Amino acid sequence: MIRVQREDFDVGAELERLTAGNHRIGGVASFVGLVRDMGGSDRVAALNLEHYPGMTERKLAEIEAEAHRRWPLDAALIIHRYGRLEPGDQIVLVATASSHREAALAACQFLIDWLKTEAPFWKSEATPAGERWVKARAEDDAARARWTPPL
Amino acid sequence: MRLLYFAWLRARVGCAEEEVALPPQIHDVAGLLDWLRTRSDRHAEALCNLGLVRVAVNQDYVGFGHPVRESDEVALFPPVTGG
Repeated sequence: MIRVQREDFDVGAELERLTAGNHRIGGVASFVGLVRDMGGSDRVAALNLEHYPGMTERKLAEIEAEAHRRWPLDAALIIHRYGRLEPGDQIVLVATASSHREAALAACQFLIDWLKTEAPFWKSEATPAGERWVKARAEDDAARARWTPPL
Repeated sequence: MRLLYFAWLRARVGCAEEEVALPPQIHDVAGLLDWLRTRSDRHAEALCNLGLVRVAVNQDYVGFGHPVRESDEVALFPPVTGG
């Protein structure tokens, strides 16, 4: 399941809904991304997340389908927010449920690694020095490259 | 053709979206980018470093050699930074 929304989400309620009524599920893995404030001259007062409506949902659905192809998942959920966020706010939730932990944990990491390099979102930060666009990180490309074959 | 710009590419070009009539001699993304750079100083500045430009045609990532047609939706944006 995919959701792209401005509103915050309740992780507990989302995980409960994900597993409700399915007693074959033996484990749930989740990742929650938060807005960071690095402090000092890099102090981030707020983050603005822009996205490409339509393509975002399409890429997230592709990534989710690929996770289902690679692992025996009972359920998967990706929620990604857009708009103005502040330090400490939740940005993204990835959750996967399976009979056993291996599939759930691996699929969860796969989804966040792929999402960071495939889903069309862009962050800009409001700092004391003004607005600046976040640069893509080589570490994110390397994290995604671990998962072969590519989509 | 419908052109969309996101993130700092949108800020530098100065608009989020524009409709253009594709010149008949342009058949691929590379040709489109070359032509766009001639449209204004803002376009030229925004598209001066193609190593930082990613392209989607009809909402799928493509390379610079991908064909383009008048009916396409073409989006230009920097590398993504979500998650």
